[in-house]
Amino acid sequence: MAILSKDEAQNILKKVIGFSKADECSASLNGRTRGNIRYARNTVSTAGSSDNVSLVVESRFGKRSGVATCNQFDDDTLRRCVQRAEEIAKLAPEDPEYMPLLGPQQYLTPNSFAQSTAKITPDFRAQAAGDSIAACQTRDLTAAGYLEDGATFTAIRNSKGLEAYQQATNIDFSVTVRTKDGKGSGYAVADFTDVSKFDAKALTKIAADKAAGSATAKALEPGKYTVILEPAALVSDEGLLNNLVYSFDAREADEGRNFLSKKGGGNKLGQKLFDERVTIYSDPLNPAAPGSVFDGEGLPVKRTAWVDKGVVKNLYYSRYWAQKSGQQPTAFSGNFIMEGGTQTTADLIKGTAKGILVTRLWYIRSVDPQTLLFTGLTRDGTFYIENGKIKHPVKNFRFNESPVIMLNNIEAIGKPVRLGGNLVPPLKIRDFTFTSLSDAV
Amino acid sequence: MKRRDFVGLTGLAAGALFLPSIPGFGLGNSVDPAQLLDQVDVAVKKRMADAALNAAKSAGASYADVRIGRYLNQGIFTREKQVQNIASTESYGIGVRVIANGTWGFAATNDVSEAGAAKAAQTAVGIAKANSKVQKEKVQLAPQKGFGEVSWKTPIQQNAFEVPIAQKVELLLAANAKALDNGASFVNSALFQVNEQKYFASTDGSYIDQDVHRIYPTFGVTVVDRASGKFRSRQSLSSPMGLGYEYLTPKAADKVAGPAGSDVTGYKMSYDILEDAAAAAKQAKQKITAKSVVPGKYDLVLDPHHLGLTIHESVGHPLELDRVLGYEANYAGTSFATLDKWKSGNFQYGSKQVNIVADKLQPGSLGAVGYDDEGVKTKEWDLIKQGILVNYEKIRDQAQIVGQNESDGCCYSQSWQDVQFQRMPNVSLRPGQAKLSVDELVKNVDKGIYIAGNGSFSIDQQRYNFQFGGQVFYAIEKGKIAGMLEDVAYQANTQEFWNSCAATCDASDYRFAGFFNDGKGQPSQSSAVSHGSATTRFNGVNVINTARKIG
Repeated sequence: MAILSKDEAQNILKKVIGFSKADECSASLNGRTRGNIRYARNTVSTAGSSDNVSLVVESRFGKRSGVATCNQFDDDTLRRCVQRAEEIAKLAPEDPEYMPLLGPQQYLTPNSFAQSTAKITPDFRAQAAGDSIAACQTRDLTAAGYLEDGATFTAIRNSKGLEAYQQATNIDFSVTVRTKDGKGSGYAVADFTDVSKFDAKALTKIAADKAAGSATAKALEPGKYTVILEPAALVSDEGLLNNLVYSFDAREADEGRNFLSKKGGGNKLGQKLFDERVTIYSDPLNPAAPGSVFDGEGLPVKRTAWVDKGVVKNLYYSRYWAQKSGQQPTAFSGNFIMEGGTQTTADLIKGTAKGILVTRLWYIRSVDPQTLLFTGLTRDGTFYIENGKIKHPVKNFRFNESPVIMLNNIEAIGKPVRLGGNLVPPLKIRDFTFTSLSDAV
Repeated sequence: MKRRDFVGLTGLAAGALFLPSIPGFGLGNSVDPAQLLDQVDVAVKKRMADAALNAAKSAGASYADVRIGRYLNQGIFTREKQVQNIASTESYGIGVRVIANGTWGFAATNDVSEAGAAKAAQTAVGIAKANSKVQKEKVQLAPQKGFGEVSWKTPIQQNAFEVPIAQKVELLLAANAKALDNGASFVNSALFQVNEQKYFASTDGSYIDQDVHRIYPTFGVTVVDRASGKFRSRQSLSSPMGLGYEYLTPKAADKVAGPAGSDVTGYKMSYDILEDAAAAAKQAKQKITAKSVVPGKYDLVLDPHHLGLTIHESVGHPLELDRVLGYEANYAGTSFATLDKWKSGNFQYGSKQVNIVADKLQPGSLGAVGYDDEGVKTKEWDLIKQGILVNYEKIRDQAQIVGQNESDGCCYSQSWQDVQFQRMPNVSLRPGQAKLSVDELVKNVDKGIYIAGNGSFSIDQQRYNFQFGGQVFYAIEKGKIAGMLEDVAYQANTQEFWNSCAATCDASDYRFAGFFNDGKGQPSQSSAVSHGSATTRFNGVNVINTARKIG
């Protein structure tokens, strides 16, 4: 039930639109099946699965709008849901930012669904957890991990003739491995559209090696260091790069409350703000990290450059703000891709005379939105590099740094890998600011 | 993977880029607001509960509990002169947890019927039996007597859902107008209202009906200075509370002034949103031209709204027993407060002034309930006594691990469809015994900073090293407030920080800071918790300057 085909979904939505007596009506169906397994202390702690389909109906009278939802799809329930949306709309205040519903749209053909992932079973999850635990037990290490997979679909239809449908799959895995004495800790994280690329043993080995290798950490003085930030240090845990891309909001910038606001008014669209090697774009059809081909309103998503050779190329314009400022609206595909070179993290280490390898940055929080300054800490594998080799593990640091400053201090960009649905290269950055030491392992 | 492990809802800044339109918040279906006033007959719930318990026992469970929950939410969102969204949601279903073969199993259903409850119970037993194959140690529950048929209700004066939406919208827009009149460039405000109607039954013989209410009014004000390109924000000094709509009727007795010269007002059991919105706009404007702090060591005087977050992160989390044991290693992290430190009986967590207590009882707090989500009557217990670590936060299946035979009653699930587990109770710093006002506290500080309101926060995964900002900062020079400061954050080590605690004001200054969205677990669950304290002084804390230059 949870993953309806295009025809099944659109047939339900057609009925919904047919029941509408409002000026405008838009309906969307979202379904998902999900499964997960969690383990800690080398044993499985919880496992579960769920599936759900829900319908959201938005009815509009003039500039008044009401929303109702349901998760049963017989004619009576659908009719009641539409009526409720209409009743709520009639009572709602007028929306001064009202935009009419979109008409029919042309979409790219998505590549975001893999049958292999949709067919994952509880046994598969238990096997993955078992493999990960076994790989640690034999080395006298302790594993804690989480695997979650799912298939989803989204279908939209409205009274202006818009029709959209997309399916997607995803598998997310992360594992933290610790030494028995609690002095060493390592981490690995990965996500895929197609489960056939997933290897729990190989990922666990990375985390286990980092744990075993980080148990004798020495303290370095806080200060400015050349760092190699692995992809997990850039995007997992609401990372610095996500925070940068998610700040490309035209309205905030135009309102004067964003790092992209221009002194005196307006925004910094078209200005060179980063090193010329920095290029970041979104592409819903990227084969390694596919995204959505339409957004929540049904606006088509196309390949969009955010930063091109260091220049701010596009900002996110909602339909309302685009109309108000004479721009085209921007639809976001949910992913971003940072271009890079061919060097792996290991290659970057080889080319480093003195520096620090950072596996992961954690508890990342905004300190000053004016400069996009963030704070957070290194975690699960921080190492000192000398003459192209990892010399010894170092104690964790707290950092205070802005991705804007960071992307102006680039020494090298490595080969992008998929993480968090994005493509992200490891980065070698000079003068990265560590402000204090942490005793945490 | 992309979740925040602690999400403050105060960050209602601006455009919310890429945020999908919110048809509701929480997990429920959108409903007519009138539906939020419905109640389900307790006899109907008991029949469904018995169906689940009997089915679980027949299928081979040695223990079972069932939670029949209606989770009701309403959120009203505005900016400047307009309403952005009004959402009313309901989520209704049954969750059954069992022990079979010494192993936990859990299943949930939105088929709210006797048949649905029985089927969920059978599924849960099936899962428990399957998981028992990989289980290494059998679950051991601390004994718990049954309470029979009992009920508990948050002691509210007015159910917020009974207040017409138009009246609530009017209040938020009036607060926005106050902010705009006092120089705000932008203001977002919101009102969140929660009612959890929870029915718990277990094979221990409890049938517990609870009606839990929470409310959270909040706003964020931004002032933009176009000429300099600078912008500064100030968030509301309200707190989410375990109260009804009466929280929004300000009473003079609930207002607490900050130190003379600070222009800060704190709020106890009621909140003056209009007054605070006006103050926020004025303070945000002052922040634009305030002096940038000189980094160095300062004596900090922290107001309860601010200190609550520091308590939450540096005491509340590290003393969660599941973190100490390693169950959260891959997500929220572990803890520096290891069992050997607790067993030593002399681990000096803080100075002699530091008495920290956990509870699920304090009226008006977010943690207050009659019974937790595994049928344990709630209580109060010491965590830190005169600076010494004396206890943890634990539930029924954890008590025996630390040689105790009683749960602390802090088990919670965010909904019927998630399994309950150990969550943070209210964790509060006891006020000083000796009479001490905020002005008397400040009087003895030679070089310090007074910080009000919680702001930016970050702490490592074992809770050693933290960094906190705030909403407003004032220099203290020779015992007097000496103007506003900006770009302030302090960094410290948990143990050093609490050992630098020099004095805390008396009970007349005591009030709550609360948080609606404390995250833990995979898949992540959210819980609400309060932290009481009085204004407190910490000596010689490292303050950094957070100003930077870009482009």
